[in-house]
Amino acid sequence: MTIAELVEEASLEQVGYSSDQCLKCNVCNTACPVARVTDLYPGPKYVGPQAARFRMGRNLPAQGKGGPRLKSPDLTVDYCSGCGWCTTVCPAGVKVAEMNSQSRARMKAGGRPKLRDWGLGQTDLTGRIGVMFSPLGNWALANRPLRRMMELTVGIHHAAPFPKFSRRTFQSAWKRRHKGDVGRPLPGPDKAVVYFHGCAVNYYEPHVANAAISILERNGFQVIVPPQVCCGLPLISNGIYGEAREKAHHNLKILADYARKGYRIIGTSTSCTHTIKAEYREMLDIHDDDATVVANATWDICEFLLDLHDHGKLDTGFGRLDEDLPYHAPCQLRSHGIGLPAMDLFALVPGLRAMDMDHDCCGIAGTYGMKKEKYDIGMAVGAPLFARVRASGAAEAACDSETCRWQIEKASGVRTRHPVEILQAAYLAGDAAAGRAGQSPAGSGGVAPVTSH
Amino acid sequence: MSESYACDVLVVGGGVTGAGVLRDLARRGLKTLLVDRGDFGTGTTGRYHGLLHSGGRYAAGDAVTARECIDENRVLRRIAPASIEDTGGYFVATPDDPEDYVDAFPAACAAADIPCEEIPVAAALRREPALNPKIRRVFRLPDGSVEPWNLIDGNIADARAHCSDAWSYRRVVAFERAGERIISATVRDERSGTTARIAPRFVVSTAGAWAGQIAALAGVEVTMVPGKGVMLIYNQRMTDTVVNRCHKSADGDIMVPVHTVAILGTTDVRVADPDVYDISREEVSALIAEGEKLFPDLGRMRLLRAYAGVRPLYQPPAATQAAQNRSISRAHTVLDHGEDGIDNYVSIVGGKLTTFRLMAEDTVDVVCEKLGVTTPCTTADEMLPNQVPGKTYWLGHRLAEHEAEGGGDSALICECELVTRPMLASFLDEHWPCSVDDMRRGTRLGMGPCQGGFCTFRAAGMAAEHAAAGASGTTDDAIVGYLRERFKGTRPIAAGRQLQELWMVLGIYGGLGIESLVDGGPAADAREADDARR
Repeated sequence: MTIAELVEEASLEQVGYSSDQCLKCNVCNTACPVARVTDLYPGPKYVGPQAARFRMGRNLPAQGKGGPRLKSPDLTVDYCSGCGWCTTVCPAGVKVAEMNSQSRARMKAGGRPKLRDWGLGQTDLTGRIGVMFSPLGNWALANRPLRRMMELTVGIHHAAPFPKFSRRTFQSAWKRRHKGDVGRPLPGPDKAVVYFHGCAVNYYEPHVANAAISILERNGFQVIVPPQVCCGLPLISNGIYGEAREKAHHNLKILADYARKGYRIIGTSTSCTHTIKAEYREMLDIHDDDATVVANATWDICEFLLDLHDHGKLDTGFGRLDEDLPYHAPCQLRSHGIGLPAMDLFALVPGLRAMDMDHDCCGIAGTYGMKKEKYDIGMAVGAPLFARVRASGAAEAACDSETCRWQIEKASGVRTRHPVEILQAAYLAGDAAAGRAGQSPAGSGGVAPVTSH
Repeated sequence: MSESYACDVLVVGGGVTGAGVLRDLARRGLKTLLVDRGDFGTGTTGRYHGLLHSGGRYAAGDAVTARECIDENRVLRRIAPASIEDTGGYFVATPDDPEDYVDAFPAACAAADIPCEEIPVAAALRREPALNPKIRRVFRLPDGSVEPWNLIDGNIADARAHCSDAWSYRRVVAFERAGERIISATVRDERSGTTARIAPRFVVSTAGAWAGQIAALAGVEVTMVPGKGVMLIYNQRMTDTVVNRCHKSADGDIMVPVHTVAILGTTDVRVADPDVYDISREEVSALIAEGEKLFPDLGRMRLLRAYAGVRPLYQPPAATQAAQNRSISRAHTVLDHGEDGIDNYVSIVGGKLTTFRLMAEDTVDVVCEKLGVTTPCTTADEMLPNQVPGKTYWLGHRLAEHEAEGGGDSALICECELVTRPMLASFLDEHWPCSVDDMRRGTRLGMGPCQGGFCTFRAAGMAAEHAAAGASGTTDDAIVGYLRERFKGTRPIAAGRQLQELWMVLGIYGGLGIESLVDGGPAADAREADDARR
């Protein structure tokens, strides 16, 4: 592997040459949540820009006839959780996490992916089957002997957090609800937004979508939910690039039409929106016009709401929520580089005492903390966070990313919700105080209130 | 005079040629001693390009050298595979290279028995996509890259197994003559200051570019015309294949992947004194500009340092003086100083690293004839010690070995080049006393992007531990000495990230209170480089 080949595989400026930028300063090692808790992972500097220089030589000594010529010497990079803190903190702009993801993919190249890693990447497939047989699936995932068996056979830790499958997908519920809308002209881009729901909302947490849609509609936006597939991040994390690229192109084709017309694309899963904003280009090396126009049009929901507020356009009719609210900003949200918009929004809610838990990573990192050999590492990474959440004595916590929510809820025992669910509760409290209790906020009809969970 | 040492042959100059001569003499049953004024491989050998020639570069102009190169290329792959990376070589015709040279190239290679196969440009670009897409033709030849210090070590180890020895840091300060013979040499231990008397039956000068200076001690004139060649080291390999321009040899037309880096070279400028030369920013810029004809993105890639070596070029007194060093033959010559009135003294001059073994064989043949020894040369047939037949070097081996041990930073002294504590400890056991720079040559310590920033204090600490009592005062000196040497190479290229790196490293050592590093020397260099950029 030469720099030039890396460049072909990845993106030129973004990743291929970026190890040239490394000053060896160790800021990434200092910030790495995984290296802090385990010796199995030597740290982002070592597996990233440092090891990169040794991965170039493809001139393997002959291994006998038909033997492999190119073999990745890597082992430890598999313990990178992909949280992305290294890239976020690097003062020189080295794309460390992206480099690690690529070396992991190369390390696994040639061999077939582990059944588990393949399965964890297939969020659409597992989600669809899970929803189809949801009572059975939910029973199985809660069944301890079965989970032990799953750990032994597939390698998913028996205690790893799993959400419950919904009884129907958000997509099908939405389609049924909006059957009559087909053919109706859309309002202009200042009056409508596109919603990218992601897999978590589709298969497990439709209540998050409902809260988000209700808030958007309350603020005067019609919500468009185009057909869409998994963003591809779980595939990227598990080193399955080709399929991730297919998902990306599928989504880009649909979203680019809207983006070109000026519609904004809003997501409630902060990792999906980051994938669309950054990783389609940086990791999957998709550099067409679609990728750029969609990336520029994509917003994390809290980022979008805060922007509305900055322009004086956010309905601030929040009622009083007299509670402590521990908040965890997920790694993927930090990678957006948009600050902590949820915290700013919480500050608009009277009585709400939101507390930034100020911890880097909960340890789940997508699907990392679910894996048998990494579960303990993930739990150790998140331990201070869980302790802080528990010590707060709060009844619920908030976090923008689904897998983080599941991890925090499971590990701390404190119910953890998406910021939009909290905001929706605050709107409802405001409505109640104004004597409009019981009314559905924007009259969209049939949008379930958050309490339906 | 505290020491006296008798031997059959004294070899002066511990580059790879000296080591080769030592091995050959030892294997022919002559008790031999090799001395060098510094560590082995600190002259031209350690400052060379890393290229194992296929001979293609000389095929069109110097058929003798070309043939020697390909023969020795084959020999080295056989006897020292661990020192060689089988990169293969491309000779590429860029739009700037003359048609007739390119057209005649395959036939010239064939005439010198050099395998040369034209491959489709697209295939070459697939293998090396950083290459200039505008290249017109590509020929594949068996070039490679070679590790010189390892090669020297192997030759010395083999000689030691044959009743001979090698001493580093011993400078020859005088020869004593009796009539037409040298009867003894006085060597000074450059570290302790003590001197010793060597009484050899024969003296061989393998001092290369310094051969004139050694000859002068014996009262003989040897006119060397040292040719400075500047080379640039890139942080990473943008190519896994040696890439040559297919044209008449010129500046900046070869890129060699060596270990973790890629080296662009070279120039050829005559210098008066092989110890005194400078590298200017203009030379650096001119090299990059030429290099971009091979790899158009070079300007954006990170440079680690610039360095220069001096070729041991020789012009016989009778020859018409060539105006340009480029036109002086790269062939080697054994000078029998019997013609100058000394019967037991020869010098070997000219030549190339690729042909060092042949140079040694030719030299030792002359010595043996004079000493009446008839044992044939075996250096081309017998492998160097600790080699596995056919097992050539692979860049990934250090990473693979370190990873197999669980990776981890704790045991790493030099992070950039993956030099571990056990590697250094065994080096210190074998080579003590030694400087941090000696540790570098043995292990590649400090040769990565931080250029010693993070490993020098650790390595100096290990050396201090090794020295045990009373060494504390010298640790600072060891650090400063090494880093100044590293910084010397950074100076001509200091810009962008490497300049930032330099400042950060200065900050680290300033923070450690090592003031002498900050005063004058490198800090001033960094400031100057900063100013030059503005």
